[in-house]
Amino acid sequence: MKEQPTAYPSPGKSMDFDDTENRVMSGSWAIETNGLTMRFGDFTAVDAINLKVSHGKIFGLLGPNGAGKTTTIKMFTTLLKPTAGAAIVAGFDVGSFPAEVRKRIGYVPQMLSADGALTAYENLMLSAKLYGMKRPDRKGRIADALNFMGLNNSSHKLVKTYSGGMIRRLELAQAMLHRPGVLFLDEPTIGLDPVARRIVWERLIALKEKYGITILITTHDMEEADQLCDEIAIMHHGKIAATGSPASLKASVEPGANLHDVFVYYSGGSIEEGGNYRDVRKTRRTANRLG
Amino acid sequence: MSGKQEELQTAWADSFPLLGFLKESLAIAEVELKKLIRDPTELFTRAVQPVLWIVIFGQVFSRVRGIPTGTIGYLAFMTPGILAQSVLFSAIFYGIAVIWERDLGIIHKLLVSPARRGSLVFGKAISSGFRGFVQVVVIYFLAIAMGIGLRWQPYAILGVLFSVALGSAIFSTFSLIVACIVKTRERFMGIGQLLTMPLFFASNAIYPLTLMPVWLRWFARLNPLTYLVDSLRGLMITGGHSVHGFGVDFGVMLFVFIIFLLIADRLYPTLVQ
Repeated sequence: MKEQPTAYPSPGKSMDFDDTENRVMSGSWAIETNGLTMRFGDFTAVDAINLKVSHGKIFGLLGPNGAGKTTTIKMFTTLLKPTAGAAIVAGFDVGSFPAEVRKRIGYVPQMLSADGALTAYENLMLSAKLYGMKRPDRKGRIADALNFMGLNNSSHKLVKTYSGGMIRRLELAQAMLHRPGVLFLDEPTIGLDPVARRIVWERLIALKEKYGITILITTHDMEEADQLCDEIAIMHHGKIAATGSPASLKASVEPGANLHDVFVYYSGGSIEEGGNYRDVRKTRRTANRLG
Repeated sequence: MSGKQEELQTAWADSFPLLGFLKESLAIAEVELKKLIRDPTELFTRAVQPVLWIVIFGQVFSRVRGIPTGTIGYLAFMTPGILAQSVLFSAIFYGIAVIWERDLGIIHKLLVSPARRGSLVFGKAISSGFRGFVQVVVIYFLAIAMGIGLRWQPYAILGVLFSVALGSAIFSTFSLIVACIVKTRERFMGIGQLLTMPLFFASNAIYPLTLMPVWLRWFARLNPLTYLVDSLRGLMITGGHSVHGFGVDFGVMLFVFIIFLLIADRLYPTLVQ
């Protein structure tokens, strides 16, 4: 008989990795990794990272293009199976129990992933069905999500007529529809104008406060990290260079330092550096779609 | 929040996996069809090619008496072949849309949902099957205009629809497999062009297998298009018959579809890696 995965961990206990079975035994973190590694041939994109993310916080993974942020988020969301190490997300090991992880997480990729040929309502209905929501619950959940993201009045318009900020809010509505425990956002405000960016930030903070969702974002925008994140980790060349609250990291460098100074201090390079042709092309493609 | 709540929401899907699989597949098929209805341009442009084949190629070749078509005329013989061809040509480029969805991030989001990978692939195959029905309508109108005798018994029409849906599902899933391997639109276009003509000419679509050299006949026997054409020839045309028998035709097509589905189920997640 197939072994059932361990249910949600009991609070207060630390995680105990079993190297042979690669299963989580218990834990008290929304996300916890132990030597998480991803290699593509000879290239190590993510190099044995150890991270702990508390429940109900906004956690930022900072780094330039090519630092390994997207690869890390792909492992957390089960799109990539780690080459080595382990990651426990929402109580389950991503390598051993990907289906259990998927039920408990939401994801907004860097690209604009809402289907432009469908209306907002149809996009949300598809998500509701794929997440196995019961028919009587679907309409109520969709109405709540549209209302929360301020999209009620345009829910029956085709998404291709939406502004970039509205598409991002729709994607957040899709990702929160099934009330995930952990929400992953890959560069959530890339390419958005300052007003749309602030609205998205405000909605993310409201999501955390109203529903207690743990949110992990990747960004190379220092202002975003400063405004939004309770804690951050700086990634560089696939490694974690530093972790802590924005204030503590700044204080650790010098009085009056900003996050860019922190990044230079811990990684020896600028946030603007790095990234290969593919990374830049993907970023620009998203920015182009947002106009 | 949430752990308990989520387990309740998805409990039914875990208890009835087949029902959950079908519901997920239909959800995917439904949105694909909505998109097709909103923008049917592609279907109309794809309808032009069969008109050219039947009206020009068919009329010219019906004057050649050397093609053994049994008791039916050449135009009637080739009409099911052209229906199969338009199903093939329409479905084989389905992978382009999949690569486009990958580039937009739509597939990333689908793959992070708890929906089964197989249901995401099967849903696309169902929608492709429905797209094939439009080709049926076009060819039937064309056949009527050309005075070709058609079978109108309900079972024959249902059989044609089933054949077309299955054929379309086979080639669209095959196209999805190719898309998962090549991953870029540029490479896919080249390979798509490379595949269609050999599949079409190494089949019984416009001439019987008996005309082929032995080596080509073997290739044609491995080609699922041959069985699609054969079933259509038996079901669609007055006086037409299935050379291999419907049992073999549908058996082979179902077998090929299931194999392709299993391969696509494994490869689909690699699109985003």
